[in-house]
Amino acid sequence: MTSLASAAGRQTTPSAANVQLKYRSQAVAKPYFTAAIGLFVGQIIFGLVMGLQYVIGDFLFPAIPFNVARMVHTNLLIVWLLFGFMGAGYYLIPEESERELHSPKLAIATFWVFLVAGALTIVGYLAVPYATLAQMTGNDLLPTMGREFLEQPTITKIGIVLVALSFLFNLSMTVLKGRKTSISMVMMLGLWGLAIFFLFSFYNPHNLVLDKYFWWWVVHLWVEGVWELIMGAMLAFVLVKVTGVDREVIEKWLYVIIAMTLITGIIGTGHHYFWIGTPAYWQVWGSAFSALEPIPFFMMTLFAFNMVNKRRREHPNKAAVLWALGTGVMSFLGAGVWGFLHTLAPVNYLTHGTQITASHGHMAFYGAYAMVVMTMISYAMPLMRGREANSNRAQVVEMWSFWLMTIAMVFITLFLTAAGILQVWMQRMGDTPLSFMATQDKLAFFYWLREGAGVVFFIGLLLYIISFFVGKDEAR
Amino acid sequence: MSTSFTKSTARNIFYGGAVFFFLLFVALTFDTVQALPKRDNRANLTEQVARGKNLWEVNNCIGCHTLLGEGAYFAPELGNVYQRRGPEFIKAWIKAQPTGAPGRRQMPNFHLSDAQIDDLVAFLKYSSQINTNNWPPNIEG
Repeated sequence: MTSLASAAGRQTTPSAANVQLKYRSQAVAKPYFTAAIGLFVGQIIFGLVMGLQYVIGDFLFPAIPFNVARMVHTNLLIVWLLFGFMGAGYYLIPEESERELHSPKLAIATFWVFLVAGALTIVGYLAVPYATLAQMTGNDLLPTMGREFLEQPTITKIGIVLVALSFLFNLSMTVLKGRKTSISMVMMLGLWGLAIFFLFSFYNPHNLVLDKYFWWWVVHLWVEGVWELIMGAMLAFVLVKVTGVDREVIEKWLYVIIAMTLITGIIGTGHHYFWIGTPAYWQVWGSAFSALEPIPFFMMTLFAFNMVNKRRREHPNKAAVLWALGTGVMSFLGAGVWGFLHTLAPVNYLTHGTQITASHGHMAFYGAYAMVVMTMISYAMPLMRGREANSNRAQVVEMWSFWLMTIAMVFITLFLTAAGILQVWMQRMGDTPLSFMATQDKLAFFYWLREGAGVVFFIGLLLYIISFFVGKDEAR
Repeated sequence: MSTSFTKSTARNIFYGGAVFFFLLFVALTFDTVQALPKRDNRANLTEQVARGKNLWEVNNCIGCHTLLGEGAYFAPELGNVYQRRGPEFIKAWIKAQPTGAPGRRQMPNFHLSDAQIDDLVAFLKYSSQINTNNWPPNIEG
């Protein structure tokens, strides 16, 4: 309690003389984290709109058709996670490298470029029909638009590459001149991989099968490949700080986890190659390797719990520890268990492209990536604001937001799973299968429940934001 | 973890495993690309189909529909719609949108010309003849 009280007493310390930051330039992460949270709010608002359109089909039509809302929902997710990863990179790389960031000015300039480009893209989605946006941005010169998650105009994609290069240059120069730790090497490998595999988004052949085949080199090799390296490095960094466990032990865990990630996950890409025109042998390769993909996620759970159990210090930031444990558990459930649920080819034959896929997508993204970014924000934001940890009151609010969002996401996933099972049963398994739309009508009850859980998630998110404004503890 | 299993052992497994399995993936990809001509219906990939694919993309059809099971789950699978509904129904349907039926899911009208709708249908026909290992399980998609 004394450390909490003294931390709270330092709340008004100006950031220029921030005693909590080892390197002043780490503070460039702050706008990145702030933007990430702001875009997260936008993502959830559009999620609620879509959830309602599932049951009230003409809600907001024609102002915001479903495809537009979905594009905004998924693109905001990707962009806010990227802001989170970049903020994490700018925060942890200087500390690991034991030197100031190569160029804080470049980091801030990059921030504004990325934010403005992202905002303009979202405004474009909402302001004009998508075909008009494609025409305005010269999609015909290099057509890359209109593929799931890669809907951004080609010029935005080029902008993303430039932002990534600026970011990677800045961090790589910092690492090269400083101490090289396993955590910083893994983080850099993940971030470079992210940028390199994004380049496949520029390959869009007329041949649909080739298009789909290499589309997964962006999407799968991101979320079930290099992003897990970034996640592992972020989690390891926070665990070193909050548990005080020997770095050698934590870094050994990190290497074992990410080794399993890539050993299972690269060939695991094959679970997307069952039904898109690719040879049938992918059903064997994809099933076998992706069935092992839960292993690294389960190790992530063990890792977080073991390190916290073996902690050699009591860090006053309990909320950050809770997020670290939470991401370990929820990534295993969402990515591991819900992924395995439909990854074997004979099962996937029936579940492919149903609400089962949607249920898995929601919990996996929240559990692995949203939560690891919030782990990092929870740990680093108080330090950037000049205190070791937030006040007890603020942490209690933050922990409430953790539980509300996490439990709501469990229910969203369960309701979508229920809808998915019924969809498979009615539309694909019976002797007299119903049409897609007739099936959807029968699932309305579960979609309403999902929307209710979504509202609870949103309340949790608002509480999360409120936690940043809760002041110090009252004197006892 | 035991002390005999060191961090550098773990690191070597990581680098070795990553490189080995990525190379294996590249080899499988090479084999797949060799095998595709017999499966991906490229014989029927005409100029018209390419124009249709572009229309499919710039109108963000994937934002509501699935195609070979990939996309959004708000509207029906279109990989086999050519067999399910036939070309004339598809054309009439696209022109008749939105239905305006209260409370029902609405598809926008994309203001396509007759020639463009023909291109789109050609693309859907080409897509429907890709060898998908008998997916979807039935005609309802």
